[in-house]
Amino acid sequence: MTEPIKTDVLIIGAGPCGLFAVFELGLLDMRAHVVDILDRPGGQCAELYPEKPIYDIPGIPLVTGQELTDALMEQIKPFHPTFHLGEMIESLEKTGDPGFRATTDAGKVFEAKVVVIAAGGGSFQPKRPPVPGIEAYEGTSVHYAVRRMEDFRGRDVLIVGGGDSALDWTLNLHPLAKRITLVHRRDDFRAAPHSVEQMRALVADGRMDLKIGQITELQGEGGKLAGATIKGGDGTVAQIACDAMLPFFGLTMKLGPVANWGIDLENNLILVDTAAFETSVPGIFAIGDINTYPGKLKLILSGFHEGALMAQKAHRYVFPDKRLVFQYTTSSTNLQKKLGVA
Amino acid sequence: MVQINFVDHKGETRTVDADVGSTVMEAAIRNAIPGIEAECGGACACATCHVYVDEAWREKVGDPTPMEEDMLDFGYDVRPSSRLSCQIKIVEELDGLTVMTPERQA
Repeated sequence: MTEPIKTDVLIIGAGPCGLFAVFELGLLDMRAHVVDILDRPGGQCAELYPEKPIYDIPGIPLVTGQELTDALMEQIKPFHPTFHLGEMIESLEKTGDPGFRATTDAGKVFEAKVVVIAAGGGSFQPKRPPVPGIEAYEGTSVHYAVRRMEDFRGRDVLIVGGGDSALDWTLNLHPLAKRITLVHRRDDFRAAPHSVEQMRALVADGRMDLKIGQITELQGEGGKLAGATIKGGDGTVAQIACDAMLPFFGLTMKLGPVANWGIDLENNLILVDTAAFETSVPGIFAIGDINTYPGKLKLILSGFHEGALMAQKAHRYVFPDKRLVFQYTTSSTNLQKKLGVA
Repeated sequence: MVQINFVDHKGETRTVDADVGSTVMEAAIRNAIPGIEAECGGACACATCHVYVDEAWREKVGDPTPMEEDMLDFGYDVRPSSRLSCQIKIVEELDGLTVMTPERQA
């Protein structure tokens, strides 16, 4: 058992709202640890639209998702948040009044007085390809990630997709697998050109197969895959024998474990009050796209506002004996010291 | 203002008004057309506003950009006439456009 990490506040989600929450909490002397399933901060801004313009951040006529992320990271630097990236909070239990223990999928444990869920559309998880009945094979024959390469030794592996994950695993598993078949919708790949060249060379040497088409059906029994049907772009149908399948169809957002934490939900969103954006469990807050309340708008600017009000209430939990005096960063030497500018 | 026809996979047609300059996806969402999810809100970052463009309209609508092609890789039952409706900008020439929604989105 690893030693628990003790923190004032645990923020779940490193998107714009989670990042700005670090700032608002920091101004009120609360330290935060931030957990995100992605391998970098920014959430949807970094994952879905890093290059796309955002026009509705007050005072900033135009900023890209990546630029906004970078600016927020700069803005919260004075508060030294600790990031735990590539991890997902799996369980959250109440241990105090308030007080919480959270555990990540990597086994890391946090003890926090306050928890802020800023998880946007939920956690990014591999997308299930639209093949009927695929659920029956998940975990046994169908895998969305490679945990141990050895598991694929001597197997007939079907890899589906045209991006870097599909191509990288094609090349990496090729020496181990009995046979690799790469299936992609078209003869054009998003993956790095170098990987594509390597793959084409293997195909030309007859050391692996490339099929252009879409998987329409899986065959097998008791979770053990035996074959797949592939429909080509020209309408031809082919049958491929395989006992393992690795589909790489990008990421999608799922509410995920949040649903199991005993918090009141409505249509897969977390219900909060609009005074402090607190959930039905005192001490757990929810800000940004993941929450709902009358009049809710899924705007970044709304999430920023929610973070500011959340911090006021969080302060009462973290420092029950301290009185909170409202101050402006413009005029308060106290706040400016925290920001490192005075 | 132009008119767009959405035909669902059972063959039922819904005709909606759409603003020039908006997208076919926006017209669908505004009119609650079933079969269009638009999970990412029009950022060309998912494939849940996938439609098939009616053969008669394919030339006018044009082909997907390389970035859209990449996203279509994640679609369900992608065909030569497949487009992401968030990437079809509505212009006057598309008045009367017919698109079919797939049986399901990815």
